[in-house]
Amino acid sequence: MKTLIFKTASSYLLPLLILFSIFILLRGHYLPGGGFVGGLIASIAFVIHSFANGLEKTRTIIKFHPGFLIPVGLLIAIISGAAPLFLGQNFMTGLWMDDPIPVIGMVGTALFFDTGVYIVVIGITLTIIFTISETL
Amino acid sequence: MNLYDYLYYIILPILSISVLIIFIRFLIGPTLSDRVISLDLLLTTGIGIIAVYSIHTNQPTFLDIAMILALIAFLSTVAFAYYLEKRERND
Repeated sequence: MKTLIFKTASSYLLPLLILFSIFILLRGHYLPGGGFVGGLIASIAFVIHSFANGLEKTRTIIKFHPGFLIPVGLLIAIISGAAPLFLGQNFMTGLWMDDPIPVIGMVGTALFFDTGVYIVVIGITLTIIFTISETL
Repeated sequence: MNLYDYLYYIILPILSISVLIIFIRFLIGPTLSDRVISLDLLLTTGIGIIAVYSIHTNQPTFLDIAMILALIAFLSTVAFAYYLEKRERND
């Protein structure tokens, strides 16, 4: 689509939406949000950019095939789930730090599990949508 | 009549009736682009209903849902316009 307004707006929307998705990801333990919705918002940011500027420019921003994000995210989720096993606790027990970190809040294994979900959702959604828009 | 009564007895019925009218237009819309526009308007009315409901129940977290819904509505309209344009060029 060759509209100047949409093209200009998309270059500002991309960092804003990624920031909003990280905010949703970090908030998601006690309030609405979490890894899945955050990943969807981040992938929507890239999809809007690809509609405005063409698929090739979005590929130069991401620099690698988004399918590589799927095993990385699964690996992070499995490691965060298996970390309590080394301390003699059950699989997927929540481990939390004693003091909250400023801005981020309480950090525990649940946050790393959510980050893994976030990366997997970005990878799957971008792979699906890029494949569909290539074939059309 | 305070704000909550005004929202509950005037604004919400107007939005509900407009949802019905837009849905009738969505069903009878002769071309595909009419249906796309009525779908976009339906989602925008839904955002209005979510905003009114979040004021009425004093829950500011519902506004985030309205924001995400607005984002998805915008994306879907853009995607529909993109593929309509592409289909016209192919014909």
